[in-house]
Amino acid sequence: MASEGGKIDPMHQFMIEPIAPLNLAGYDISFTNSSLFMLIVLGTIWLFMLGGMKRDLVPGRWQAAVEGVSGFINNMVSTSVGPEGKAYVPLVFSLFMFILVANFVGMMPFGIVPGVHAFTVTSHLTVTAVLAILSFGTVLVVGLWKHKLHFFSLFVPHGTPWWLMWLIPFIELFSFLIRPFSLALRLFVAMTAGHVLMKVLAGFVINGLNADAAWVAPVVSLPSFILMIGITMLELLVCAIQAYVFALLTSLYINDAVNLH
Amino acid sequence: MDAEAAKLIGAGLAAIGAGLAAGGVGNVFGSFLQGALRNPAAADGQQGRLFIGFAAAELLGLLAFVVAMILIFVA
Repeated sequence: MASEGGKIDPMHQFMIEPIAPLNLAGYDISFTNSSLFMLIVLGTIWLFMLGGMKRDLVPGRWQAAVEGVSGFINNMVSTSVGPEGKAYVPLVFSLFMFILVANFVGMMPFGIVPGVHAFTVTSHLTVTAVLAILSFGTVLVVGLWKHKLHFFSLFVPHGTPWWLMWLIPFIELFSFLIRPFSLALRLFVAMTAGHVLMKVLAGFVINGLNADAAWVAPVVSLPSFILMIGITMLELLVCAIQAYVFALLTSLYINDAVNLH
Repeated sequence: MDAEAAKLIGAGLAAIGAGLAAGGVGNVFGSFLQGALRNPAAADGQQGRLFIGFAAAELLGLLAFVVAMILIFVA
């Protein structure tokens, strides 16, 4: 963290630094800290799933945990899409698990080891945009595949009065096209804002302890530290809620594609 | 006015949007709780809708944050 002249830069944590620089045909495809943390997330999910796929008749603790998560997603998809939603459970489950674990890994206090810093994969618009395109692309492909051109009746809700036909389809089209942006932006900004807030509060604590006047540490640092504990818990809640909201909205959008209106 | 100062004032004004979104999110959860306490049996089935409303209200507050960030770092 850059701390020159007592000023702590809260945006430095989002820097992407190459670990193994690699150039291919003029494109920079280095192995970065973002790639490293994506691999960590993948490994965590893989280990978590591996421990719970024993298929015992009476589940142990680990298997019960895995079944709890997959049952939660299965339940969510089947309530919003219906019986046809079974095919989309793996997609929604993968999105949910990746976002959840990436958010939580970014919150881990790896910073206590000097030189190591946790990197939140989902705090970058490029990553969340790809996730949103996965969700939106599935809706487009499934909708056009299943209903062919009838898919466009999605933009004309049932019971639209004829004299509103010039307005309603454009509003529906706009709200349809804005979905990938709102999905990507929500996740990206929620993570970025939370991490900036925590870094600013951490800056209050550190700078208060380093201040020349002795009264600054108990008056500024201590309340900031207590507040930071609360904010950290709130951020953990936000991590889970954002993953849930992404999965929930994805399953709702898939419902639009599968069942139209 | 100095252009840099105008950007920072604009970013500060964008923070009002974050506060208003806080009111919206509070309204979503407060109204849900009001309804849920009157008919607790129906509350569990509406949890999905609760979070859809939460997500929509929260998004607008997050957009205010994006405006502030664009003013400070991009514009």
